[in-house]
Amino acid sequence: MKISIRGVRGSIPTTDPETAYYGGNTSCIVVSENDWILLLDGGSGMQRFNLLENTNIRRIDLLLTHLHLDHIQGIGFFNPLFDPSFDIHIWGPSSNTSSLHSRLSRYLSPPLFPVLIRDLPCKLTLHEIENSSFEIGPFNIESRFVIHPSPTVGYRITGEHSVFTYIPDHEPALGSLDFYNKKWISGIDLALSADLLLHDAQYSAQEYRRKVGWGHCSMDDAAKFASLADVKHLLLTHHDPSHTDKQLNELITDLKNRNNYLFNYELAAEGMKIELT
Amino acid sequence: MAYEIEIILNRQLADCLSMPVFITDTTGNLIFYNEPAEKVLGARFEDTGEMKAETWSTVFKQQDETGRLLQPDELPLMRTLRDHYPYHKTFRIVSLKGNAEIISVTSYPIIGRTGKFLGAVAIFWSPKEL
Repeated sequence: MKISIRGVRGSIPTTDPETAYYGGNTSCIVVSENDWILLLDGGSGMQRFNLLENTNIRRIDLLLTHLHLDHIQGIGFFNPLFDPSFDIHIWGPSSNTSSLHSRLSRYLSPPLFPVLIRDLPCKLTLHEIENSSFEIGPFNIESRFVIHPSPTVGYRITGEHSVFTYIPDHEPALGSLDFYNKKWISGIDLALSADLLLHDAQYSAQEYRRKVGWGHCSMDDAAKFASLADVKHLLLTHHDPSHTDKQLNELITDLKNRNNYLFNYELAAEGMKIELT
Repeated sequence: MAYEIEIILNRQLADCLSMPVFITDTTGNLIFYNEPAEKVLGARFEDTGEMKAETWSTVFKQQDETGRLLQPDELPLMRTLRDHYPYHKTFRIVSLKGNAEIISVTSYPIIGRTGKFLGAVAIFWSPKEL
């Protein structure tokens, strides 16, 4: 399974040179195996998806964790949607108040966007998921609701030889009084023994104290979560838009100085490519 | 297997409240009670952990104002577990040690985003009058 990181910024894209190293695009990850492609979230990083690398592929599955703008703002600029030769499947969390189509249409319609979903020339199929298991090509995928405002899921993607877990927006500490009992930790089943976990780490521990309930995670809590889940490799993502590269380097250095986790952990950066074997 | 997030968040809320709160799974097993509830139950959650329905239901007897034992289908939590609706009732509880107390109980179902019944919550109040 190949993982390509296209967007790591939380909340809003940044174009500041001071965020250029880790990157300013919002959430988007490309997962590929055996000529099948999954896109995880449609943030602004989605525009960097290069079709020329994959000219034979005509089916693309876009798995949305939720519908906050930083996770869907790239969809309108995704060229395969405007190509009738493409078969696009969009998977997203269900809501008991409105359909996925209705919620996506709030963005993909005037005045926010000039093109309506029904006018997209590709073959488009929408799939509503909840705590679900489903298969796409070689991937076995589990989705589960996790703690974050509005319906939000995380994904556990099992390929032929490896497991990748993606939970970019998550506040496990909000529901966990005791961060040691796995039964009471949101999202833990998705991450157990994963080869790679890409997890929300928007705040420093100090910042998180002022932002409890905002739906995001401190770097410290993300690392604790990964440790409890016994993952092999943790990538911290959804970087706060106010954090410069220098500040991110200081925060990860501080985290490493205060902890001795045995697994590998680092900050996710745009352009990273990881192959899980 | 971790609990659904709706259960997890109810526990977090219960931990912040000064009223005794009991949280059960769909079959009535007690999966969490907060510190004020520990005083009602006479036990600490840290010590007991989760309790089977048949165990914790015998911790106290429920009586009406005349001393008649209440049947399970007269108790708010049992009714919530049965039909997934909220209920409220004031009655007398007698602990195993014989201590009697008048309480009001409000119970409500936890029905999650998927529309699925996930468990129930019972909140105990000290009523102004029976």
